[in-house]
Amino acid sequence: MNDMRPMERKVDTKEIKFDCRNVQVYYGDTQAIKNVDVKLEDRTVTAFIGPSGCGKSTFLRCLNRMNDTIDICRVEGNLLLDGEDIYDRRVDPVQLRAKVGMVFQKPNPFPKSIYDNIAYGPRIHGLARNKADLDDIVEKSLRRGAIWDEVKDRLDSPGTGLSGGQQQRLCIARAVATEPEVLLMDEPCSALDPIATAQVEELIDELRENFSVVIVTHSMQQAARVSQKTAFFHLGSLVEFGETGAIFTNPKDPRTESYITGRIG
Amino acid sequence: MPIFWILLIVLAIAAIGYVAGRARALASAGGDIRALHSLPSYYGWNAAIKAMVPAFLLIIVWLIVQPIYVSSVVSGMLSDGAIPNSSSRGLVMAEVRRVAEGLDNAVAAGVIGEDAARSARADVIDITQRLKDAGQIVTSQITQPVLRAAQHFRIMHSTGNMMMTVAALALAVLGALWAIRENRAEFRARNIVETSVRILLISAASIAILTTIGIVLSLVFNTLEFFRLYPASDFFFGLTWSPSFSGRGGSSQLGVLPLLWGTFYISVVALAVAVPIGLFSAIYLSEYASPRVRAIAKPMLEVLAGIPTIVYGLFALLTVGPLLLSVFGADGLGWMKAGTAVMTAGLVMGVMLIPFVSSLSDDIINAVPQSMRDGSYGLGATKSETIRQVVLPAALPGIVGAILLAASRAIGETMIVVLGAGAAARLSLNPFEAMTTVTAKIVSQLTGDADFASPEALVAFALGMTLFVLTLGLNILALYIVRKYREQYE
Ligand SMILES: Nc1ncnc2c1ncn2[C@@H]1O[C@H](COP(=O)(O)OP(=O)(O)OP(=O)(O)O)[C@@H](O)[C@H]1O
Ligand SMILES: [Mg+2]
Repeated sequence: MNDMRPMERKVDTKEIKFDCRNVQVYYGDTQAIKNVDVKLEDRTVTAFIGPSGCGKSTFLRCLNRMNDTIDICRVEGNLLLDGEDIYDRRVDPVQLRAKVGMVFQKPNPFPKSIYDNIAYGPRIHGLARNKADLDDIVEKSLRRGAIWDEVKDRLDSPGTGLSGGQQQRLCIARAVATEPEVLLMDEPCSALDPIATAQVEELIDELRENFSVVIVTHSMQQAARVSQKTAFFHLGSLVEFGETGAIFTNPKDPRTESYITGRIG
Repeated sequence: MPIFWILLIVLAIAAIGYVAGRARALASAGGDIRALHSLPSYYGWNAAIKAMVPAFLLIIVWLIVQPIYVSSVVSGMLSDGAIPNSSSRGLVMAEVRRVAEGLDNAVAAGVIGEDAARSARADVIDITQRLKDAGQIVTSQITQPVLRAAQHFRIMHSTGNMMMTVAALALAVLGALWAIRENRAEFRARNIVETSVRILLISAASIAILTTIGIVLSLVFNTLEFFRLYPASDFFFGLTWSPSFSGRGGSSQLGVLPLLWGTFYISVVALAVAVPIGLFSAIYLSEYASPRVRAIAKPMLEVLAGIPTIVYGLFALLTVGPLLLSVFGADGLGWMKAGTAVMTAGLVMGVMLIPFVSSLSDDIINAVPQSMRDGSYGLGATKSETIRQVVLPAALPGIVGAILLAASRAIGETMIVVLGAGAAARLSLNPFEAMTTVTAKIVSQLTGDADFASPEALVAFALGMTLFVLTLGLNILALYIVRKYREQYE
């Protein structure tokens, strides 16, 4: 170990948060994810891009075991979070999901008030000592979700009464409220206008200071704007993974190139 | 001509109209379907509808109006002198109708010639004898005025029927011809058919509503009749129920409170059994059970709903009652005197209601979108937290509806009470005593040879009305709750 030269390490080298090895996912007999090997870094935004149906959501859902809720879904391979296999028998998926939060493709607010939507996670995990604490968490989360100004006067009205874009930001705020270590976002901006999108992207950038974020997106610009690493999926395989800049300017694989330039999709 | 034949002929005219109307429209477009405003079949239907609908309506109206008209004319023919003192105009008219019918049958059987049946000079005694020979029921001696009236009645009837046949068929033909004339390429036959469909649906709905109104009105009038014979305050606030059938009225005490209390008590016991068990099994089936278990368990639960209530009644009387008696009876805790008790009926009724609650709740819980559960799991909630805090609140309006529906069933249930709860109307808090309900008492008031004009029989209508108002109230409450939550969450 005497040849370790700490001084020569790059300053922004980060720890590996998720280490996925040889991941296979099956829905019944059809294989949706084939042989995916990827290392997701801490405090980094990783973008998953790829044509529709290539398995981005499926892979994302493996990372917090949301696929457990689908009966026919089967996951093989190793997924290590901080070195611990999340599919190990001893791991409680409920605990895992508190650490690895998720924002879904379609906004899915609970049929509760806006306040209760946000307070749901903190209440379950006992994050607030008292009402004032909870109020703080709710306000902070709504601000981070870039929706505070729009809803601060109607925290008691139902979350389902918001517009689609507002609902999505509410769901983002709800996910942030539990302070996850990793936040998985499945096309969080597909229902948002450019302003709200910009706010969410700002939020993602801010989250990067404490969490790692994985975002699925169909917008190349968005991937280029918010992410440091990009993974390109095609037909269930991970075709290319690397620095976002490198992927977009100098893709190694011809499939990546044709996707980015709009020839497959 | 029998109505059935008229209907068939009208249908045949409509069918011909369909073919002709369609052909005519096609011809006017030179055989090019694209030149038509609507598809050819719509033109056909236009003709068929215009042939059928007016004719059928005419027949319906005619069938309602003619008997009323004929009766009033014939009744006017009967002078006051023709009505015996011991009788009334209504009874005599009934006699007239019977004689007319007898004449009809006799003519049909060939015992009396049509001429003789119509003859103004026909001899009363002779006709009576001949009717009796023909096996027709002739109650009292037929008098001359009655016979005249009956003859007139027959004649008016047959001419009326004749006229109706002609009018209906003419109307059908005219309607068909009219529609065929209309059927040119630019005619909007599709819109006509659309309107007809709407009217058909509306009339179906109105029949349902009108029937309901009719039933309610009959309840209301009979209830009012009862309240003329028996004071309403005694009925609503009386604490004893002891009808007597020997003396008419007088000694009867018809207080509804003991019955309402029995109904309420038994329903509460039943719901206390059915709601938790039904709801929990619904949650298990929809959230926890594997598809295999679900495929077996759900139909099995629903079999419970298919068991006739009389079977539940037997079960209550022969199994549950004795079982409870062995625990709570004189040999055990000593609270129970006989097998029939509130508890017996309530428990069995609860079992009966389980599938109502579970099956409806299960459907409602399944209708909660999976994305809602995913959202909750994604925040690190456990299964039961998700169910308690997300799924059940989202499904609550429907579940409340299911429970209220079960409550209506419980209130209206009869057989289990008759067999399981006994027949004693009693105001008591002890669930191991025999009690009875409104429905069970309606049955016992109307079975046996009661005089239907006595308060003891008419009280059944007042009881029915009370039940109706109760269940209506429950349903309105259910609607209100459902709507309130809808507003909040959509
Ligand atoms: N619940 C499921 N049951 C069966 N097959 C599924 C299920 N969910 C996804 N799949 C299949 O898995 C493959 C990958 O789907 P996935 O949802 O991961 O695609 P995606 O990359 O997220 O697409 P999109 O960009 O349209 O969201 C698809 O072929 C899809 O049909
Ligand atoms: Mg997807």
